[in-house]
Amino acid sequence: MALLQIAEPGMGTEPHKHRLAAGIDLGTTNSLVATVRNGISVCLPDDTGATMLPSVVRYLGDGSIQVGKQALLAHASDPRNTILSVKRFMGRGFKDVAHVETMPYDFVDTEGMVRLRTVQGVKSPVAVSAEILKVLATRAEASLGGPLTGVVITVPAYFDDAQRQATKDAAQIAGLNVLRLLNEPTAAAVAYGLDNASEGLYAVYDLGGGTFDLSILKLSRGIFEVLATNGDSALGGDDFDHRLFCWILDKAHISPPSSQDARRLLIKAREAKELLTACEEARIHVPLASDEEVDLTITRKEFAEITEHLVRKTIAPMRKVLRDAGLSAEDIKGVVMVGGATRMPHIQRAVAEFFGQEPLTNLDPDKVVALGAAIQADVLAGNRRNEDDWLLLDVIPLSLGLETMGGLVEKVIQRNATLPIARAQEFTTFKDGQTAMAFHVVQGERELVRDCRSLARFELRGIPPMAAGAARIRVTFQVDADGLLSVTAREMSSGVEAHVSVKPSYGLSDDEIATMLHDGMEHAAEDKNARALQEQVFEAERLLEATTQALVADGELLSPEERKLIDEVMSRLLELKAGSDHHAIRKGIDALARATDDFAARRMDKSVRAALAGRKLNEIEA
Amino acid sequence: MTIDLQQDFFALFGLPRRFEVDELALESAYHDLHARVHPDRHAHLPDADKRRAMQWATQVNEAFRTLRKPLSRALYLLELGGVDAGLETNTAMSPEFLMEQMEWREAVEEAREAADVEELEKLHQRLRSAGKDLYGKLQQSFDADRDLSTAAETARRLMFMEKLQHEIDNALEALED
Repeated sequence: MALLQIAEPGMGTEPHKHRLAAGIDLGTTNSLVATVRNGISVCLPDDTGATMLPSVVRYLGDGSIQVGKQALLAHASDPRNTILSVKRFMGRGFKDVAHVETMPYDFVDTEGMVRLRTVQGVKSPVAVSAEILKVLATRAEASLGGPLTGVVITVPAYFDDAQRQATKDAAQIAGLNVLRLLNEPTAAAVAYGLDNASEGLYAVYDLGGGTFDLSILKLSRGIFEVLATNGDSALGGDDFDHRLFCWILDKAHISPPSSQDARRLLIKAREAKELLTACEEARIHVPLASDEEVDLTITRKEFAEITEHLVRKTIAPMRKVLRDAGLSAEDIKGVVMVGGATRMPHIQRAVAEFFGQEPLTNLDPDKVVALGAAIQADVLAGNRRNEDDWLLLDVIPLSLGLETMGGLVEKVIQRNATLPIARAQEFTTFKDGQTAMAFHVVQGERELVRDCRSLARFELRGIPPMAAGAARIRVTFQVDADGLLSVTAREMSSGVEAHVSVKPSYGLSDDEIATMLHDGMEHAAEDKNARALQEQVFEAERLLEATTQALVADGELLSPEERKLIDEVMSRLLELKAGSDHHAIRKGIDALARATDDFAARRMDKSVRAALAGRKLNEIEA
Repeated sequence: MTIDLQQDFFALFGLPRRFEVDELALESAYHDLHARVHPDRHAHLPDADKRRAMQWATQVNEAFRTLRKPLSRALYLLELGGVDAGLETNTAMSPEFLMEQMEWREAVEEAREAADVEELEKLHQRLRSAGKDLYGKLQQSFDADRDLSTAAETARRLMFMEKLQHEIDNALEALED
């Protein structure tokens, strides 16, 4: 490592400093956190040894918050303030929520994302999810012995933009740096593929607590390429519980149960479902608050019959995903099962029948997503720099479109396009002197706006006034590697950048997030400063380290004057970093980022040329 | 100083500018480029690097998407050659082709109205093989004859067939739901 001695004295001398990173599976019923330790991905347990954290948050009257098992225990006695399966509400409106009638929550029927009224005030699903993330992050930090550099959070592949954005917002409120939102089936494929060094076409069937995904991946030479994905973001093990719950009500002739009894019966329904995985029949024995008693027995066959329509709902997406990938069932080399709900024997049977082969179940279906996420987090944090590392190429699950005349949708980006992707479209003004323009972006496959998900309304302002039809406004829709959309606009004849303001249909505004961040900090004001300082020092170290490495590798791309300037800005940031003014450190970081912007461009350039040159060399050898 | 992000897609992948493409070489160049530019390779770096990685990876995806499929590749070659394929405006099509169009369309319409899945799938297959015949013609026009106006007409026919293919897919999907 003699080369590194050319770095400034006192600058990080550990080029391969291990950065603490974790993978988080933020599930509908359970959540997990995993990390790579000594090259092996492991799920981290709490102090009782349990790795699964029930995704349950309880708000108490004294202002405290319980998360996990403790909260779950209270859910029969305090149903209104104990939030289960909050993932189902992420990025969703009140009208989208299924089974509202059996839910004990006090919903606030507002526009946009659904809200819940609790003893601690109105909560958004984003805030509830943030509580779960905080507990998992704390667990990881305690186990790893330091603050996390970044996390990978998994989302269902079929999550739309609003649901993804809500997840990312939750992470922000929990104070986490999100390296990537990773699709759950892709995470599972990473855990499986790297384990078995597989090549070929694989299907991942992921039936979780509340979501269903199906992805087709092509694995070749370290590339995990998603060819197509499909699913149902409102179908999961919960629905099987609910179906059994309805069966119990029907058989026991109970018409609307009290909310306590409903909770109790739902728990028993879930237990019976789980029992039926191993046993031929299950007894459901529940004493009710009304002094009545439920005592029923259900066989595995009966359970399969009453839930057959749910299993069938997973078959249509299987056909669609194969058609989208241009494949048939025989082309698939292996089928990976993910999610606790895939333990149900009749699900395994249906999948085996469809693909004509027994599915793979050698990894724990509850843990495989978190394990894969941890492996990817380790890579994204920059802990491995091996050139022949693997790479994930994922897709956008649902088409993006614009509302046009008559409530029709014009597709801008087609589903299953590899990310990141951008599309530009040109528009013109229809009135003289028009300076503003509005767009409605929707997501989905249907032709009518009302049959698609409304994502956001974008308003362009600052278009230079011209005669009608003279302005040429180029609007660019960019979807990044997290599957999140951003919109930019430019008037082409004048080059003026139009201002884009976004009104998400089912999301939080920047102001709301700022308020929530502020509220979270209110309890500990000095904590807030300490945290901000720590974050900026961290960021400064990250940037200094990255820049040092870049200078070592590609320093020759700079002229002596350019090099001198960068060195000066680096020294300045080093000084600031030792101080306690987080605003000043931020300025130093921004200055260094600006000073190295052009350098970054040249490096990327050099890298691309090297990729092409290397390839030609290989071809000659071959 | 920087490579022009808008450069010719063939040059980006180090491939000759022609209709016939070595699919394996295209895919391996695509993978090699992504190994360098994909945002996952830059996730731990400063925002400037991340932004550039996203722009590059977006361009690599666009280039691959364009060159991988014969129709988009043909349209792209026409664009590079300065020929307007005139997909919406050019109505000067041979009567023979117009007849053919009408026959296909009627067959698809009938099968759809009768909800005849088998017939729709058969039409799908027939269209696909008819499309493949056109690939040969395109190769001849682009790579051997260098006759862009004939290539443009063939591309228009292919365009029509793919549109129809898409309608069949939609009809099949609607029947499944």
